[in-house]
Amino acid sequence: MDIMKIIRALRLKELVLPLGAIFLGLLVGAIMILWIGKNPLFAYASLFYGAFGDLNSIANTLARATPLILTGLAVAFAFRCGLFNIGVEGQLLVGGLSAAYVGTVLNGLPLIVHLPLTILSAMVASAIWAAIPGILKAKRGVHEVINTIMMNFIAYALVAFVITGPLKAPGQIPKSADILETAQLIRLSEFAQWSTSRLNTGILIALLACIVIYYLLWKTTIGYEIRAVGLNPFAAEYGGISVNRNIILAMVISGMIAGLAGAERVIGFHGSFILGFSPGYGFEGIAVALLGKNHPVGVILAAILFGTLSSGGRWMAFNTGVPTELVTVLQAVIIFFVAAEQIVAWFFRSKKKTRQVT
Amino acid sequence: MLDVFGIPLLLATIRSASPLIITAIGGLFAERAGIINIALEGKMLTGAFMAVVIAYFTGNPWLGVFGGIFGGAFLALIHAVVSIKYKANQVVSGTAINILAIGLTGFLLQVFFGVAGTSPSVNKLPSWGPFNPLVYFGLVLVVVAHFFIYYTPQGLRLRAVGEHPAAAETVGINVTRLKYFFVVLSGALAGIAGAALSIGDLSVFVNQMTAGRGFIALAAMIFGKWTPVGALFAALLFGFAEALQIRLQGIVPIPREFVQMIPYVFTMIILAGFVGKATPPAALGK
Repeated sequence: MDIMKIIRALRLKELVLPLGAIFLGLLVGAIMILWIGKNPLFAYASLFYGAFGDLNSIANTLARATPLILTGLAVAFAFRCGLFNIGVEGQLLVGGLSAAYVGTVLNGLPLIVHLPLTILSAMVASAIWAAIPGILKAKRGVHEVINTIMMNFIAYALVAFVITGPLKAPGQIPKSADILETAQLIRLSEFAQWSTSRLNTGILIALLACIVIYYLLWKTTIGYEIRAVGLNPFAAEYGGISVNRNIILAMVISGMIAGLAGAERVIGFHGSFILGFSPGYGFEGIAVALLGKNHPVGVILAAILFGTLSSGGRWMAFNTGVPTELVTVLQAVIIFFVAAEQIVAWFFRSKKKTRQVT
Repeated sequence: MLDVFGIPLLLATIRSASPLIITAIGGLFAERAGIINIALEGKMLTGAFMAVVIAYFTGNPWLGVFGGIFGGAFLALIHAVVSIKYKANQVVSGTAINILAIGLTGFLLQVFFGVAGTSPSVNKLPSWGPFNPLVYFGLVLVVVAHFFIYYTPQGLRLRAVGEHPAAAETVGINVTRLKYFFVVLSGALAGIAGAALSIGDLSVFVNQMTAGRGFIALAAMIFGKWTPVGALFAALLFGFAEALQIRLQGIVPIPREFVQMIPYVFTMIILAGFVGKATPPAALGK
């Protein structure tokens, strides 16, 4: 009974679905690993070791999680307003592009001006990119899902054009010039000798963004209105809240967060805009938001989980021969289980029943 | 300059449009049944992969086409079960299908062939005149789909389910079974389109080789206002843009990236109702 009280007090019940989904996802992965004749425990142990084996691996894992915190937060924020922002990927790219431009072109500014300006430019570019589907939804009633998908592809083409054209640095690789030092985020490796990690102060920005968004959503009128629209737009409208205004606002803020993710990669992690640098951070953000139940704290935890899978996956592949693509499969399967929560509920409930019988 | 246009451009247009046509028709079957189908990309990719796998192990590209059908339909079945039986958000499950397809094909590529990136070469489908056989299939499909949707009782049922499933249920239509059928059918068609890419145009599978074509097909479906004939013309338009872009390379100083944007920009414009209005089935996503 006491345990039940503690569970209730800590609201651990809310953890059952995400943890159950992760467990079932790993189970499906284990079956696949068995099927190809490898040992799943060894594979998962290698994955864990690859992600947390030493300080440098931990730093790499956190570095991999950083953009996911931001893309997850961006998706989660839009979700809170009832919007499905599939366009985070494109917004991230456009934001990164803007950061690459401001971060390489504006010469001679002091760091105190240049760095914030670069980050701000990324946020503005992404906000504009996200505002377009927002406005089209508010003014013309077009579903944001299709438009954000279309905007992703327009972003791919735009980025490819700019990075292979006007912003291209000399050389074979399609990438921008290196970001000027006055616009770069500080990397861990710059002051820690043991580290080769590209973990940078962007992670602090990501955590700060989570705090700001938490405050905005639950402690301000703006957040109250956005959540009200998300829960029931008709009731919100009846209560005097402008649904259209909040839809656009939510998309703009969601885009700004996505822009931070792009900025972190370009001016922090990579130090330049490399064409194709994103393995789909925006789409992974959808998984992160779902698993994190659209809550900033949940988003951080889910981002670290997916960061762990991706960062440890390489060592798993090297050590055990299980292809890294397993990690992508795991992500997809976890989304399925979170989305179809009834499966998870059914799986664990029926187990409980058998226990009662025996 | 002039030799850019003419018969070769026409043939290239039809060649580029063909997988889009087949996939778009598949997409509209699912959406007419009320299921949002942003997972076409993943189903196409899986179809492309399974076509190569079967063609590799049997040496017969015709059986490869069935592999493509199986691959697309299998993923669609997962999509259907999760979305219909477990009532998951269709956009979320569709996103998961696309991620799953990338992971699964990459994983199995290494398992079956021990390589990453590109599969070994397989026998490709023969050429019938200027095209591979699946191009003709796509054109016939438009006629069949049009006739089916507008001139048969089953087609009427399909449209009823997409517009008002509760009403359809009252008059005795098994809405759930019909949804399952059309989602799986749409996956099978996307799978055929995938096969058209991997063993029709090429003779290999390349990681993520669909490169967004599933989404262009989705755009074509919307641009064609959820009708087979509309989808045909939209796909031809987008195929023309692609073919023209390839042929104009190095001749005209229009960056190809801007040509690549055309399908997406057009779709946004038509959805916004600036040029004619595209209205989705009323019960889509519910």
